Amino acid sequence: MSLLELTGIGRDVRLPDGSLLPVLAGVDLSVEPGEHVSIVGRSGSGKSTLLNVLGLLDSPTAGTYLLDGQPTDSLGGRRRSRLRGETFGFVFQQFNLLPRRTAEENVAAPLLYARGREFLTRNRAARAMLDRVGLGPRALSVPEKLSGGEQQRVAIARALVRGPRVVLADEPTGALDVETGAAVMALLAEVTAENGAALVTITHDLSVAALAGRRFRLDHGRLTPVAAGGALAAATSDRTDA
Amino acid sequence: MTGLLGTLSEAWGEVRVHKARVLLSLVGVFLAVLAMTTVTALGQMAAQVQQEQGEASGGRTATIGVSAYDPMTGSVPRDEWDAGVQALVSRYGLPEEAVATLAYENGLYRFPGGTQAVETRRVSPSYGPLHRIQPVEGRWLRSGDRQSLSPALVVNRDFLGLLGAADLSGHPTVVIGGPQPVLATIVGVVAWNEGYPSAYRIDSSAGDATASAGGVGFWSPPSLELWVPSDQADAVVAAVQTDLARLLPGAEVQANRQDPENLEDTIAKLRLAVRAAGLVVLFLGGLGVLNIGLVTVRQRIREIGVRRSFGATSARVFSAVVLESVVATALAGLAAVALSVAIVRNLPLERWLAGGVPLVDAPGFPVSAAVEGLLAATAVGALAGLVPALIAVRVKVIDAIRF
Ligand SMILES: Nc1ncnc2c1ncn2[C@@H]1O[C@H](COP(=O)(O)OP(=O)(O)O)[C@@H](O)[C@H]1O
Ligand SMILES: [Mg+2]
Repeated sequence: MSLLELTGIGRDVRLPDGSLLPVLAGVDLSVEPGEHVSIVGRSGSGKSTLLNVLGLLDSPTAGTYLLDGQPTDSLGGRRRSRLRGETFGFVFQQFNLLPRRTAEENVAAPLLYARGREFLTRNRAARAMLDRVGLGPRALSVPEKLSGGEQQRVAIARALVRGPRVVLADEPTGALDVETGAAVMALLAEVTAENGAALVTITHDLSVAALAGRRFRLDHGRLTPVAAGGALAAATSDRTDA
Repeated sequence: MTGLLGTLSEAWGEVRVHKARVLLSLVGVFLAVLAMTTVTALGQMAAQVQQEQGEASGGRTATIGVSAYDPMTGSVPRDEWDAGVQALVSRYGLPEEAVATLAYENGLYRFPGGTQAVETRRVSPSYGPLHRIQPVEGRWLRSGDRQSLSPALVVNRDFLGLLGAADLSGHPTVVIGGPQPVLATIVGVVAWNEGYPSAYRIDSSAGDATASAGGVGFWSPPSLELWVPSDQADAVVAAVQTDLARLLPGAEVQANRQDPENLEDTIAKLRLAVRAAGLVVLFLGGLGVLNIGLVTVRQRIREIGVRRSFGATSARVFSAVVLESVVATALAGLAAVALSVAIVRNLPLERWLAGGVPLVDAPGFPVSAAVEGLLAATAVGALAGLVPALIAVRVKVIDAIRF
């Protein structure tokens, strides 16, 4: 049984003029525990929408999404939120760190929503995770005092601190220069693998996508597997579009 | 359990991070609670002092004074009056402590400097508690004093001065003159009616049987005081008047309420006015908190979205925003109450409230005023947090974290 199993997922959004825009149409995807999947696609192709559906932040308008074999469409709001917190870690393009809170507080923040021991030992766990991403000495710095690469490393620590089974990264290198981006991406892949979590990376950067074990391409709401050799072709067409 | 702790630490974190804005928005709440608590406390203390002083003269709420006189002879014979009172008390089953008797008498006391007539109140032991009389030395009269051959006296300090005694350590006594002199024992001293001597004497003592011992000259018509619940006062007045008139044929019976009846009313009105003013100020302070809450909740939409991605439920987002407001205003309330206590403690209250007269018990800061201030601050925080919290739960996560 797959960890995540999407079958025929569609997501329509209603536009201001009342018409329906199909952002996702018939997406099939399964993610196994611990594997690294990448999805490339042009800007506006629906990548973020797909990631939000995967992370239970958004609900599909068609198809079925099984998590651990359980349908997710019947979940109540409360259960959905809890499941999201327990199962997923998010890394965003814009880092989305909590402003004016130290790196340690940021990394500990997801554990505010955990219970029992996990909650009570959150600061220690945050420190350990910051050490792991090499930011132990900056634990008491606020995001405003950190570089982009450092902020994204804090975000990586934060995504992993609760021991998620899946890390969802939406263009994690999109706001970084090429070199820093590559280093951060390598770190993300490494730490995620170390923790045994699956990693789904959304990107339009081919070198980032190339790190994944399985690669997909999202185009006009449809997901297609990319053969290892087809990466270059995908990259070229992508660069010109974006 | 940890859920609550988590919500609390989240709220505390918010307050801590936004210190400046929180402080600013709290100035109104702080001032309102400070003003309200201080004025309420002062009002309560003034009321307590006023009540104490009012009760010392008129009796507690509600005290009914009953007296009788014979239009032909002047006063009702003592034994007839006593019998009438007895009958009345047993008919209504009045408890002993709710019934006091009082008669004025001019006692002739033999002081070292010569004999002097002193206004003396012959009272039952229950008279003291009814008028909140608290001796500054010794004790008040008690029913055991009636068994003593030597009448018990509670005197004021001027009386004691005439005896040449500074306090009760020498067990002072005084001879009450008249046809049959009797040696009276001073059991207590009160700080009362300063300037001229006065005394309370136990209504009866074992020696009285031999004669109207020590009694000279003028007896005012004896009177009776009944201490009854406020709401029954009018009914009791009517009942006593008819009943006692029947028991004392030929006598004119008067019963009326003698405690400062409208004091309660005045104080209640004063408190109401203060509270109303406080509520208006508090309301304005609450609007300030609400306003800042609305501004910041909009600034924090992204943050709320991020927290949702951590698994925060709607309930959690809601309570965190409300609690953030509550934590802030409760702290402001606490600070305001603390400052209010400090202010009230350092005011020359005795001079203001009691005109320099030392109070039997100096009123402390009323706990109810402090509790009220804290509750008001907390309630304002909760109310002002409600609207931003509703906005916060309606934030669409995907829109909040987009880009
Ligand atoms: N709630 C929405 N309302 C209107 N249009 C939307 C909404 N969500 C997504 N879209 C549109 O769907 C398309 C895909 O969006 P998105 O998933 O963010 O793309 P990507 O992340 O690949 O750039 C875009 O054209 C976007 O404008
Ligand atoms: Mg996107």
